[in-house]
Amino acid sequence: MTEAKLPHTLSELHRDFESGVWTPVSITEAFLARAKRNRLNAWLTLCEERALSQAKQLQQILVARGGRVPRDSHPLFGAPTGVKDNIAVADIRMTCASRILDNYITPYSATVVEKLENAGAITLGKLNLDEFAMGGSNENSAFGRVLHPTHPDRVPGGSSGGSAAAVAAQECLISLGSDTGGSIRLPASYCGVVGMKPTYGRVSRFGLVAFASSLDQIGPFANTVDDAARVLQVISGFDRFDSTSTSNSSVGLVPSLSLKGLRVGLPTDLGFENVSLGVKSAMTQVLDLLKRAGVTVVPVELPYVRHAIAVYYLIAVSEASSNLSRFDGVRFGARVEGARGAQSLEAFHAENRSLFGPEVKRRILLGTFALSSGYSEEYFLRAARVRKLISDDINAAFSHVDVLLSPISVSTAFKAGEKTQDPLQMYLNDLYTIPANLAGIPAMSLPWGRDSDQLPVGVQIMAPPGHDEKLLGFAQTLENLREQAE
Amino acid sequence: MSTEFEAVIGLEVHVQLATETKIFCACPAKPTRGTSVSEVKPNAFLCPICAGHPGTLPVLNRKVVELAAKAGLALSCSVREESRFDRKNYFYADLPKGYQITQYTLPICEWGTLSFETQRGNKSVRIRRIHLEEDAGKSIHEGDSTLVNLNRAGVPLIELVTEPDFRHPDEAADYLRELHAIVTSLGVSDGNLQEGNFRCDSNVSVRLQGTEKFGTRVEIKNVNSFRFVEKAIEYEIARQVEVIKAGGKVVQETRTFDSDRGVTLSMRTKEEAEDYRYFPDPDLVAVRISRDELAKWRSEIPELPQAKRKRYQSDWGLSLYDASLIVSQPVFSSLFEECLARVSSKEQAVAKSIANILTGEVAKRLNEDSSLGLSQGLRADHLVDLARLARDQVISSAGLKQALNVAWKTGESIATIVEIHGLKQVSDLTTLEPVVDQVLTEFASQFEEFKSGKEKVIGFLVGQIMKRSGGKANPVLLQQLIRKRVNP
Repeated sequence: MTEAKLPHTLSELHRDFESGVWTPVSITEAFLARAKRNRLNAWLTLCEERALSQAKQLQQILVARGGRVPRDSHPLFGAPTGVKDNIAVADIRMTCASRILDNYITPYSATVVEKLENAGAITLGKLNLDEFAMGGSNENSAFGRVLHPTHPDRVPGGSSGGSAAAVAAQECLISLGSDTGGSIRLPASYCGVVGMKPTYGRVSRFGLVAFASSLDQIGPFANTVDDAARVLQVISGFDRFDSTSTSNSSVGLVPSLSLKGLRVGLPTDLGFENVSLGVKSAMTQVLDLLKRAGVTVVPVELPYVRHAIAVYYLIAVSEASSNLSRFDGVRFGARVEGARGAQSLEAFHAENRSLFGPEVKRRILLGTFALSSGYSEEYFLRAARVRKLISDDINAAFSHVDVLLSPISVSTAFKAGEKTQDPLQMYLNDLYTIPANLAGIPAMSLPWGRDSDQLPVGVQIMAPPGHDEKLLGFAQTLENLREQAE
Repeated sequence: MSTEFEAVIGLEVHVQLATETKIFCACPAKPTRGTSVSEVKPNAFLCPICAGHPGTLPVLNRKVVELAAKAGLALSCSVREESRFDRKNYFYADLPKGYQITQYTLPICEWGTLSFETQRGNKSVRIRRIHLEEDAGKSIHEGDSTLVNLNRAGVPLIELVTEPDFRHPDEAADYLRELHAIVTSLGVSDGNLQEGNFRCDSNVSVRLQGTEKFGTRVEIKNVNSFRFVEKAIEYEIARQVEVIKAGGKVVQETRTFDSDRGVTLSMRTKEEAEDYRYFPDPDLVAVRISRDELAKWRSEIPELPQAKRKRYQSDWGLSLYDASLIVSQPVFSSLFEECLARVSSKEQAVAKSIANILTGEVAKRLNEDSSLGLSQGLRADHLVDLARLARDQVISSAGLKQALNVAWKTGESIATIVEIHGLKQVSDLTTLEPVVDQVLTEFASQFEEFKSGKEKVIGFLVGQIMKRSGGKANPVLLQQLIRKRVNP
């Protein structure tokens, strides 16, 4: 069977609809067929029926409009979309890659999913992740790890590994992930796609299963900055179901930003002396291009950032230990066989919670300890105070630079199993991505070529809180420069 | 209690706020009017949010802030411009999220006082804090299984915590009655005791008279009647004194009150107490109250029960009992206020008579028939007209009761009712005197008995005359006429 070339961007998709190369139904079937093969184990659940019925509705709209895509009312018209499996899609299974939620059907849709679908996106299914989004390699999924799209022996990054890999492998056009300490940006860089964590509050968290509520943020994966911007435009804005969401005007489509006179900060405390050769050369190349384009690159000191990992792992696990309390087998989710006959409520509770995987258990234990009476002053509360200092540091930096630039991680995708025995090594890998979550600022991984192993490299761009447009505009310009350089 | 010991008591009262919906979602917080909680199907008031489904978030029902602030203002608390919600983490089958959202570090109100009457005179108690929180669900243990009803999960509460300022069990009950009158008159709570709108935890310790140091404290959980709170504390004080006198030590623990046996029973000791791991709830933003909002709420605080009671006593001559009873029930006091608006300040007797009707016949009928509401039928003009007709001896007390009942049922005006049912009593001497003479002749021997001093017989004679007059004769006048015939 000869198949037309799959579109790579929303613009291509819409052009193909209008030229008749693809229809909403045929494109849905084509992507579903790839997703069904599930070559990378990126998909946990497919919602074929739902997707096809959405596609048919869109097809009718297209016909009614004389074959013209209603880009204004449906900016994501017909876009085959994947959703990380910790974001609720009504009446579809949501596992969070945990055995404790095996066969749990969500009774409602997340605000972001409703917004996507109202904008014409077609939900193909749910994407694999580290259990409850806890991990950086996708090896913590109860349903097996996601393979790296081009190097199956390597990890795709985590926790949104499925979301990144599926876009990279053309199993969906766009996808949603969640980022608590780098869970969008790390896999985006490992898989070579654009992944963005918006300003905290920009996107409603209603329907996102909480890992660490004060750090979690939903964001898009796409092949281009432009597509990421379009998705963000659709999903952002105040939501009356999330009191922490903000009413900032939604993100406008971003023209590229003029570089002349811009000041780019290079955090010396997030330096790249100890990074792999591939990462270092990507960073060097970006900086050279920027300087040549008239950008002033200035070193920025963020003295408290060196405490970021410690602070992050105290706050995140503390919130997680409380957020995950609701998984007790009483109202929903899986129950251990025999738990019903448990001798006491406590025994019932303990048996059901034995379904959590080892990393989740580790974090619940850590968080319970950090919050316990007598220790919370020393751990949780002190971490909260240092978080404020880190955040102040970063915000102060933005008073004299427009954006901050750093690597996403010390290396490109590592080999599966390489760090599973050493949780601390895994945690340290989050050094570059965590500060953005602690400060609530927008941050993105922009693909920047490949290293000598042909593994994708990503560079991180961070912007002041609420300046998601600025970040996107800058990224767009860099993306253009990269294409010119290629 | 043995006089060498002194009790030290502090109270924590949970008051359900009178909102239509739950504190963090749009589910109903109470049944529709006329339906009781027990008639609502288990888990009918439930949505993904209050059931704690993964991914859901709480959003604050702003009405609870107003109600809690008003309670605080009425109790002279300082109301925080910015308060915050925290999570109290513990596992129980009826706690959907595995934590309760409450206010721990920064409660909405602090440092108030409440003064109230006791048998030992006026007493003032300090209120340490008032905080907002959500209620949990209910577990029903049946055989070896546990059923969970989450209708109450997410119902808004305020918890009012006093300093340990009480010294006697009856003071605790008096405080609760006064607090209940305040929150119901403010519209902060429906105050329905049977439905658990008002629940009290008591902290009780004893110490030797004259000592400063507090004794070991015992908490008695969840008692929802004023009388039972008093009884539970009484029992607990006696128990603790006995333990100490026997050379033992009071154990810090939580106890429940068994109202059937009138005793407190141990639930759990301090060693088994949980670590709640409080921390700020990251899903909720700080609760901010602007000066304007607070000023508006302050202006909406009605006259408080204590002031109202004093006014009823001094301006209208009501007894303390009648004044308290009327003030304790918002429906009574609002009806009574409407009546007062219709009588002149010289009509003290009419006001007293209205109060008597309310606390007597009306209260009695409401007690007999719980389906009866004051909202339908009975109006202020009914009560005022009845009281005036009674004062002017136009109707008898029996006629008054009859007219009241008809008015309540039909809403007809008193004038019409008195007319149609012929309730006007006959006070016309030319009509009554012949009947009196006739009866006294007919029952001459009984009349003789009366004359010889058997006072009681007058009732019989009046009854006979009433019979002949078709029940319409003015009984007060009849007595006068009979007496006149004894000593002409």
